[in-house]
Amino acid sequence: MHRTKPLDHLILILGCLFMGLPVVVAFMTSTHTAADIHMNGLSLAPGGHGVETYTEVLTRQGGFTGQVTGARMAMNSLILGLGFAVGKIALSMLAAYALVYFRFRFATAMFWVIFTTLLLPLEVRIMPSYQVMSSLGLLNSYTGLIVPLLASATGTFYFRQFFKSVPDELLEAARIDGAGPFKFFIDILLPLSKTMMAAIFIIMFVYGWNQYLWPMLMTTEERFFTLMRGIKQILQVWIGSQIPDYNEAFALAVLAMLPPVLVVVVFQRWFIKGLTESDK
Amino acid sequence: MAEILIDTVSKIYTGGTRAVSDVSLSIADGEFIVLVGPSGCGKSTLLRMVAGLEDISAGEVRIGARRVNEVDPADRDIAMVFQNYALYPHMSVRENMAYGLKNRRTPAAEIEARVAEAARMLELGPYLDRKPRALSGGQRQRVAMGRAVVRQPAAFLFDEPLSNLDAKLRVTMRGEIRRLQKRLGTTSLYVTHDQLEAMTLADRLVVLNGGRIEQVGAPLEVYHRPASTFVASFIGAPAMNLLDAEIHGGQMRIGGAQVDLPAPPAAQGVVTLGLRAEDLRIAAVPGPMTLPFHLDFIEELGAQRLVHGHVDGQLLTLALPPALALATHMNVTLAADHLHFFDTATGRRLPDLAPMSQAQPVRAGA
Repeated sequence: MHRTKPLDHLILILGCLFMGLPVVVAFMTSTHTAADIHMNGLSLAPGGHGVETYTEVLTRQGGFTGQVTGARMAMNSLILGLGFAVGKIALSMLAAYALVYFRFRFATAMFWVIFTTLLLPLEVRIMPSYQVMSSLGLLNSYTGLIVPLLASATGTFYFRQFFKSVPDELLEAARIDGAGPFKFFIDILLPLSKTMMAAIFIIMFVYGWNQYLWPMLMTTEERFFTLMRGIKQILQVWIGSQIPDYNEAFALAVLAMLPPVLVVVVFQRWFIKGLTESDK
Repeated sequence: MAEILIDTVSKIYTGGTRAVSDVSLSIADGEFIVLVGPSGCGKSTLLRMVAGLEDISAGEVRIGARRVNEVDPADRDIAMVFQNYALYPHMSVRENMAYGLKNRRTPAAEIEARVAEAARMLELGPYLDRKPRALSGGQRQRVAMGRAVVRQPAAFLFDEPLSNLDAKLRVTMRGEIRRLQKRLGTTSLYVTHDQLEAMTLADRLVVLNGGRIEQVGAPLEVYHRPASTFVASFIGAPAMNLLDAEIHGGQMRIGGAQVDLPAPPAAQGVVTLGLRAEDLRIAAVPGPMTLPFHLDFIEELGAQRLVHGHVDGQLLTLALPPALALATHMNVTLAADHLHFFDTATGRRLPDLAPMSQAQPVRAGA
């Protein structure tokens, strides 16, 4: 057993500060007024305008149409994040199930094709995807936002590896017990994959939540704005002598951080289990 | 309850590997058959073909009167116990046992009754609501058996069910399996590589080697009259001594030593001589049926001791009572009615010494 020495603590504390301080600065700064921030820069001390800034951010009807509030944007982000996570899990589980448990031609080749797309970032296919969605008339819709990105090589890969680690005897026992392919998936595989699903859920939720480029391309109507776009939007208003609402941008950024943090905190037990547990 | 008929069944994998070749076997209703052989002999493959987990390349399997080659495992009316138990980890003991019945749409009350009965029989009552991970190896094994029992199948199939248990538990569970099978009277097919397990459990043994049946018979019959050198060396511990010998008339030469047989055997020329360790005795003085023996080392087993040595360079093991005084050079007496002759080239058994083979036929299951 390794004994913890003071130096180890020092390194860990420095690491925590390194990761944590920017967040603290962002939060503290968001409680000052925009003018304050413009004059004094970032701040570590709390200011007195926290409550009003946050209420303002969440409820003010902003944008050109005057329709979009912070809450609305948060909801859009949530829909995107949840849609991504749930859809990707469902799709990649089924794909992995087919790859692992069914014998069909070119199964291995298929897998490698899927696996190779791991290497391609979204941006590579973003224009063709846009073209397809545009032709289908799915611009400015949640379907258009979510569906094209659902196919997940990462998820398929993880689930494939997981299914491979499930002993064959379990499948055989289930076959003798009279469980067909569908029943085996629902009754045996799904409950066994719980921790794996939690892990993928976190990864995919955060991925969906943080999407920036894709929603920007796919939606032009402000009611589909996500938090990520909202932050950008606030800093873009350079009208006349108006100071950008730094405080609101910071507040929005802090708010945007909360749901992923919450998801990770809630799911972390399963998350760690899902990534490390191998004996089934 | 049903008989199982395996008719010239073969398993040929894509690529041409023959795992099982032309195996025929008829299993009576209620019989306990043990398939035994070294790893890779095809015993598990054969069992899995009966279960329906492997396709049958050639031949036919019948359970009851029905041909089951194309029947789904679930519809073959069999239950299987796996080596690693294959319990569903997320289900409680009760759910594990009930799962197969539920899929068959058995009424809930009936499931309840059968699970309770199996739990009582296997002493699993206190554990019904536990998950498999909270059970010991022996308990898991019993749950796996319970899952088979509640199905009330025509046949039990066991795939090395005890090999994951420690030695002591294995002996206990062996007894339990036997007792359970006797009580239920269900036809059973049991695969193992452990010859002791095979000897103690089986009504009849099937010794497999290289995908073929070497011998079928009651345990003692197989033990006393092995059909080949393979069976002779596989069944029984310590393994049967096999020595190169040369017979001319009534005289047998083993290395430099010579033995006068009471009668000339049918086998002549170069043969392999089989001697069970417990059939050999120490003689005070050299005689017509003795071999000079050089002692190498002794293994104490408590009830007996195994004495390892050689006869003119050929290894020989004796099983002797523990109290006997031993010397480095001794004379070993052969019993004329316990000589096994095998063809050196094919390994097949050759006729025994003439008068003995008539006087002492070993009856199956006597």
